[in-house]
Amino acid sequence: MDIAVLVKFVPDLVEELEIDEDTGMLDRAFLRLMPNELDEHALEQALLLKERHGGTVTVFTLDTGDVDETLFTAIAKGADRVFKIVGEGFDEGASNHRQAAVFQEALQGTSWDLILAGTQAVDDLDGFVGALLAQRLELPYIGYLTKVVLQDGGALVQKEYPGGLNADIEVACPAVLGIQAAEQPPRYVVTSKVMEAMKSATIEEIEAPEVEIAGEIPLAGMSLPEAGAQAEMIEGDVADVAESLVKLLRERGVVA
Amino acid sequence: MAGDVWVVVETLRGEVSEITYTMLAAGRQLADGLGAKLTALVLGNETEALAGTLGVADQAICIDHAELAEFNPEVHLRVLGAVLEEQKPRLVLLGHTAIGTDLACGVAQRLSWPLAVGCRSFTEDSDEPQYSALTCGGKLIATGPLPGPSCVVTVMPGGYKPEDGMADKAPPIEALAVPGGFEAARTRFKAYIEPPAGDVDISKEPILVSVGRGVQTQDNIALAEELAKVLGGVVCGSRPVVDQGWLPTTRLVGKSGKQVKPKLYLALGISGAPEHAEGMRDAELIVAVNQDETAPIYGFAQYGATVNVLELMPALTEVLRKN
Repeated sequence: MDIAVLVKFVPDLVEELEIDEDTGMLDRAFLRLMPNELDEHALEQALLLKERHGGTVTVFTLDTGDVDETLFTAIAKGADRVFKIVGEGFDEGASNHRQAAVFQEALQGTSWDLILAGTQAVDDLDGFVGALLAQRLELPYIGYLTKVVLQDGGALVQKEYPGGLNADIEVACPAVLGIQAAEQPPRYVVTSKVMEAMKSATIEEIEAPEVEIAGEIPLAGMSLPEAGAQAEMIEGDVADVAESLVKLLRERGVVA
Repeated sequence: MAGDVWVVVETLRGEVSEITYTMLAAGRQLADGLGAKLTALVLGNETEALAGTLGVADQAICIDHAELAEFNPEVHLRVLGAVLEEQKPRLVLLGHTAIGTDLACGVAQRLSWPLAVGCRSFTEDSDEPQYSALTCGGKLIATGPLPGPSCVVTVMPGGYKPEDGMADKAPPIEALAVPGGFEAARTRFKAYIEPPAGDVDISKEPILVSVGRGVQTQDNIALAEELAKVLGGVVCGSRPVVDQGWLPTTRLVGKSGKQVKPKLYLALGISGAPEHAEGMRDAELIVAVNQDETAPIYGFAQYGATVNVLELMPALTEVLRKN
């Protein structure tokens, strides 16, 4: 079975996010982007399926900046082909509606039975890429998946509900699946393998086509959460904090 | 009807989910502001029994079919899409959940209606209602208008009290026939898989030592275990830790895990993304330790410290042991 994996780049939340005073939007000037974590789980799930059943794994991403290393890493992990979709303004960020539309066109050139994407991303605002794409392609979509098993003509997937409850759902191919977590944590590859991929493999570039988009939500502005009910900060070094915390817990009657 | 506010009632295993009441509370405010009716849409099997607590709405529209008994993303989407296309409400509210987001993305894209996900509150201080949504792991708030004629939103907890959306009566009920057939559906619900039994129930533990991404490696979980032992509590964690396989899913706190209300919630290396906050913000005492001073968790923890959790855990264990 041939599987396409969609990777979206999102702001690295370890970095401080700032608002551009002129635009009132997220300041992208010094923003560090990283591949969406759940998309890495989608890739892992796809690679596991390839190992079990054969077929191919093809990875697509929009050229939002430094994406090459991620694509070569995907090759080093076992992906067969990687596509970088180049287009104007992608480094300014592209809405999920636009990403879904671009992916739809880009997918036409390759063979696939299943499309896997992270079920959501940290910066989603106008929906989830995989779910939007599925509807554009008029294919079934199931999100929040923690397991995918291939079976005759389709897949048996495990969808996650609150409280540890899951449901088994069957779907016929082709379909789009939103991955919450792969069956195992995304694999690690050593740098030397990535370097090897950089020498031997090629990133295939495609021009983003003109796409029609309807239903993008208007965004008026962004802000940092108000510092209303802020935590009382305990100052000092580790030893001070440990002493203060134990004192606090004792006062609160949490420890004897 | 056109112009009205609709809440798509979320159910799981024949019970109305709490997010439904949060949505009804939000929907009531929006409908009153717009001078519109509030409609609760129930898709399911034997739906009348589900409408008994939906009285905050002005009416319930019930669509009954055996195929709608359990959530089937494809079938539910088809039915919802057909009903919304015909009725054209002004606003459609769905849960920001595993069920609601599958439907919201699909139906908004199908009808080309604008969609905002992760909304926490709404205002009507201008001509058009406005959304306020959490994004970037809760580090940013995005705001904007919900333009007419129709918009879809997903709602996450935090902005409205579910109690305000709950009633002990049913609204007037209108039954609607299922708009289309299910013959060609390619998706089929098979069975539920029960959560694994046997582990401690973290929702019943009074003291929780909760670890997040900041714990860095599986080996460091042992530091949390030791600390929990001297505190008389147990270890739980956030999504990344469980996805790495460092803790079993039974220990997951948050939207897809357990809701907990312990006497002490010690959050170690947890950023406090909305999905996690959903499961623990009602704890009696929240103490957060995270080196990122802009971490959203400091917005709802009572106490915080920006020291290294890997150093703090053994230090804290040591002080507790000495006393």
